Amino acid sequence: MQRVTRSAVIDAPIERVWEVLRDFNSHDRWHPAVAESHIENGEASDQVGCVRNFRLRDGAHIREQLIALSDTEHVSTYCILDATVPLQRYVATLQLKPVTDGNRTFWHWQSTFDTPPGREAELADMVGRGVYEAGFEALRRHLRQGGDRQPRSAAAGATRAAEGRGGEMTGQAVILKAFGGSDQLAFDNISVPAPGPREVRIRQAAAGVNYIDVYIARGEYRMLEPPAPLGMEAAGTVLDVGAEVHDLLPGDLMAYACGRPGAYATLRTLPADQVVPVPSGIEAETAAALLFKGLTAEYLLHRTHTVRAGETILVHAAAGGVGTFLCQWGEHLGARVIGTVGSDEKARMARDNGCDVPIVSPDHRFAGAVKAATGGRGVDVVFDGLGRQAEHENYESLASTGHWISFGHTTGALPPLDPGLQSAKSLRLSRPVLFHYTDDPVRLRAMAANVFAMLQRGVLRVTVRHRFPLSAAAAALDALESRQTTGSIILVT
Amino acid sequence: MIKVYTSSVIDASADAVWAHIRDFNGLPKWHPAIAESRIEGNWPADRVGCIRNFQLRDGGTIREQLLSLSDYDYQCTYSILESPMGVDNYIATLKLTPVTDGNRTFAEWSAEFDPPPGQERKLADSIGQGVFQTGFDSLKSYFGHR
Repeated sequence: MQRVTRSAVIDAPIERVWEVLRDFNSHDRWHPAVAESHIENGEASDQVGCVRNFRLRDGAHIREQLIALSDTEHVSTYCILDATVPLQRYVATLQLKPVTDGNRTFWHWQSTFDTPPGREAELADMVGRGVYEAGFEALRRHLRQGGDRQPRSAAAGATRAAEGRGGEMTGQAVILKAFGGSDQLAFDNISVPAPGPREVRIRQAAAGVNYIDVYIARGEYRMLEPPAPLGMEAAGTVLDVGAEVHDLLPGDLMAYACGRPGAYATLRTLPADQVVPVPSGIEAETAAALLFKGLTAEYLLHRTHTVRAGETILVHAAAGGVGTFLCQWGEHLGARVIGTVGSDEKARMARDNGCDVPIVSPDHRFAGAVKAATGGRGVDVVFDGLGRQAEHENYESLASTGHWISFGHTTGALPPLDPGLQSAKSLRLSRPVLFHYTDDPVRLRAMAANVFAMLQRGVLRVTVRHRFPLSAAAAALDALESRQTTGSIILVT
Repeated sequence: MIKVYTSSVIDASADAVWAHIRDFNGLPKWHPAIAESRIEGNWPADRVGCIRNFQLRDGGTIREQLLSLSDYDYQCTYSILESPMGVDNYIATLKLTPVTDGNRTFAEWSAEFDPPPGQERKLADSIGQGVFQTGFDSLKSYFGHR
């Protein structure tokens, strides 16, 4: 009896590899030796007992039966029923295991069979090299080219389409010409380089519009030097990846909300450890509307302060992007949420999103109402995105030993807090920045997973009410600055 | 009962990696968390049933018993008899498989155990990452990795 064993490591997550290999009839799409294959009697290709009937490119004809399939063990076992090649009592088992160190896949492929006397070495070599080793290389190529993400009829064309990639590509982007307002934005062509080592190139479907984009455009946050493309967050599908990227493949839906500006674009190449996978079932537009603001709510509620049931928190712009998420998630954590808004309509929206006490205060005079709502005590935490104009009111709103978290400044930068005032209430003051939390790729992925899980559980609810074409980014920024919008604003490509 | 599974790829043949880690008394040689180790009762370290008694660098003492050892499968199984972690019914398996494509080694280290209530996440992380992945990282740097 002959035994042939071959094994390899595939640079792709196990789910992606298994999706191809569990389909007993997929081999004519990825294995170069297989010319044509079909499942007999119209059975499903994951039906244990089904028979695949295929021809090899060298003319051989083989019928194989699936005799075991396990989605938990990632095992497929099959045997040859009849073949024009002399492999007798051939039984093969293909098994995948996750390489947790790097999110890759170990693939083990083994068979036993008998051969006519004298042909042992020749046939063992044909199976080991011609089928298994060639198969490893072919599947790698198939995944790299996104062949598993093409409809069956287009699979053959995937190779040709992929050959167009790999080099520099031309995209469009919204360029900030000089620091200033939305009038400094221009829509122009950009060249997008092929991904280098540890980089990924993404065809972007949607970009999120955030208040930080306004600060960056004004030059208040010097995160770019004009002329340069604007925008912090986007979602889209992977086009190609550079060397040393093991866990991303063409066709994967990804999102990002950190790193350098440049998200207002149709195409982008960026470091692979800055992007996070978007779970299936979540669309690109939703991810682009969610991630930056969701990550912000995540670190504010779980990392800068660990909000506990029974605490009272104050959220400003409670009907805005981050404010809405702080209300929804804060309520879910069992906090009592007091929110400030600019109009009665926004007060209704805030209430619908978990804000227990909406306070309408377009002039940022809310401390009296906060005191009244807390029996004179004040709140445990202020999530302060307002800054200078609301400084006194925020101070007055805080309970003794409260936590003042300044993470934005829509009314101007918050001046340094007088130490005397701080000690008068034993206040804790935090001035967190999202990017310090997302710097660590492992923590970034954990935070993003937390955000997407909250979306899937219905705790976070995304309402995209404002959708602008990418070329109209200036109008989108104007709308955000006007304070007339509610929910999320996105640009679509 | 929870399960912890960690796997990695080491850039050396399975024979070479196995020769380096097969000694049940050899953890201090290759695992950075282990300070010193001895086999109780002067048993040989490859006698199934032997007990290794070792000190962690942070001071704790652990006693583990060898339950199976296979040079054919490059695999060993052991249980924890005593440890500061407070786990019950702890059984772990360390297994190597050759990667024929590139003459490398696929290494798997897994454990099943009953953690104290509320400690599931913490123990799964400290064992999966702190013990198993740390060991693999050390092997990867010892053998050099691509």
